[in-house]
Amino acid sequence: MREITLSQAVNEAIAEEMRRDPTVFLMGEDVAEAGTPFKVLSGLVEEFGTERVLDTPISEPGFVGMAVGAAMTGARPIVDLMFGDFIYLVMDQLCNQAAKQHYMSGGKLTVPMVLRTNMGATRRSAAQHSQSLQAIVAHIPGLKVAMPSSAYEAKGLMKTAIRDNNPVVIFEDKLMYQDKAPVPEEEYLIPFGEAHVKREGSDITLIGTSSMVQVAEKAAEMLAAEGISAEVIDPRTIVPLDEATLLASVKKTSRAIVIDEGHQSYGATAEIASRLNEKAFYHLDAPVLRMGAMDVPVPFSPALEDITVPTAEQVVENARKLCAGEMIHAA
Amino acid sequence: MTKTNTEDYLRMYTQMVRIRTFEDNANQLYLSAKMPGLTHMYSGEEAVAVGICEALTDDDRITSTHRGHGHCVAKGAEFKEMFCELLGKAEGYCRGKGGSMHIADQSHGNLGANAIVGGSMGIATGSALRAKLQGSDDVTVCFFGDGATAQGLMYEVMNMAALWRLPVIYACENNGYSEYTKTEEIAAGSITARAEAFGIESHQVDGQDVLAVNELTQKLVERARKGEGPFFLELMTYRYHGHHVGDINREYYRSKDEEKDWKENRDPIIRFRAWLVEQGIATEDEIEAINAAIEKDATEAVAYAEAAPYPDVSEVDMHVFAA
Repeated sequence: MREITLSQAVNEAIAEEMRRDPTVFLMGEDVAEAGTPFKVLSGLVEEFGTERVLDTPISEPGFVGMAVGAAMTGARPIVDLMFGDFIYLVMDQLCNQAAKQHYMSGGKLTVPMVLRTNMGATRRSAAQHSQSLQAIVAHIPGLKVAMPSSAYEAKGLMKTAIRDNNPVVIFEDKLMYQDKAPVPEEEYLIPFGEAHVKREGSDITLIGTSSMVQVAEKAAEMLAAEGISAEVIDPRTIVPLDEATLLASVKKTSRAIVIDEGHQSYGATAEIASRLNEKAFYHLDAPVLRMGAMDVPVPFSPALEDITVPTAEQVVENARKLCAGEMIHAA
Repeated sequence: MTKTNTEDYLRMYTQMVRIRTFEDNANQLYLSAKMPGLTHMYSGEEAVAVGICEALTDDDRITSTHRGHGHCVAKGAEFKEMFCELLGKAEGYCRGKGGSMHIADQSHGNLGANAIVGGSMGIATGSALRAKLQGSDDVTVCFFGDGATAQGLMYEVMNMAALWRLPVIYACENNGYSEYTKTEEIAAGSITARAEAFGIESHQVDGQDVLAVNELTQKLVERARKGEGPFFLELMTYRYHGHHVGDINREYYRSKDEEKDWKENRDPIIRFRAWLVEQGIATEDEIEAINAAIEKDATEAVAYAEAAPYPDVSEVDMHVFAA
């Protein structure tokens, strides 16, 4: 199978959906000729013109609000938010407007829009261009959250997001844009709420999101060398969350670590770990561990930044301890 | 194209009285503790909503505000579904999930009231962007108050509307008060100048004169359909009640004399009624008959809504996501 980059996969998904559905359009800062700072959207304006690929002023609340209005009246906008950190700028439009229209109107209004943005530290971009804010979005009822872990997921999830009748926020890891993966030429979609078991194992379950899937896979490889069999699962969407697949795995392995690049406290890892504790308690041989980013603003210095994000080595160390029964603390 | 026929004039009068009557009944429901939550009365501003909405078709969209009952009635909504919504009943426009501050009626193009001041400016402008992208000739009117001119979102979306010549009309209902504060204390400079800075054609109009509002809006809507938008209107009006129904003792921010002056000398319904009689369009008896029919309609709708069932509890987690 051919291999393409995550960036190309996103581009292909959007182009295919724009060809398929004339109501789909794209708007955001420098999305047209510039194709975004990451060049993910290069070439789209040449094919679809400036009427469907709109460069906006640097007015995030303004253009996200306009996407909500366009979506409520019959279009399917894809909004490009240049950095995930800018979600804080659009909270009212996203959380008070987009997320609630369907509910507040008793199901009469719908907001079929996609907000594509990014996440991920270690790019030396410091505290306001490095955050992973998926948990904040996932907290709001009415918003779906997709987190592609490779080019394959990026394409399939984007196409599903564009066809979904709800506001969907897609977080792409900005460090993975050039990572290649096998992606079929023929069309496919990845349904929301279907986790992918990336690797089967019997001793411990490693649940990773986005970039942390790679970390989990690398850790599983290292653990195998020590005789520990790790199962790796990528939820792919955290809203909706495929609880059944996660629970089935944990009931089998009896141990789990949840890894996500958002801050650990009150984060996505906490939510998933809590559900496993509530629903698989009697199957567990050890507490479910959370591994998120450190609870500090992302520092600039490489010496500091690198230690804020979970690594495969740390996952191995924790998994080893869990399997050895070393992390069961007496009260 | 000025409205010249009797039917149109009488419909405008009827719609203004329907708004006033709806609000009087809603106020009573609140005061008698039959209505949950709170509400913001539109009374006094009827000529704005009616003058504008009478220039629109059902395909044209509006976005409304927390003070939104007037817009909802003027855009064609029915009393029964509106009172049901205010009381949180299942037959309300939003199945009781929105209430007074989120009432929406998309069958007549009302995209909904919004409880965030200025919160619907993006939605209205986005609706106009959709119209332009899809080659549709509908126009969107964005209602908001003078208080909302202090929100940054307004400047972001007016900029884009002007850059892209979108078919949107920004209708600023300047009732003189930003909640409990005089507008002059929260807004520096002129309100219309804000829009003019973006090259948006702006007009200040007497919001108590339904014919003036309607005549101007008709012209602007026609021009907006031809791609000559956006436009900005500042409608000088007055709210008879407090910021919300519970804002009773308000002498600390506005005098009773001032309220009396607006109610007695500038009331949009009294003014228009006198004009209709003077022009021989309707007799006093005919006007009284219209008023009585509306009163009856409202009384019946209130009784219906009071007796109507609440939504089943199973609906609480329905409509979080669309299928």
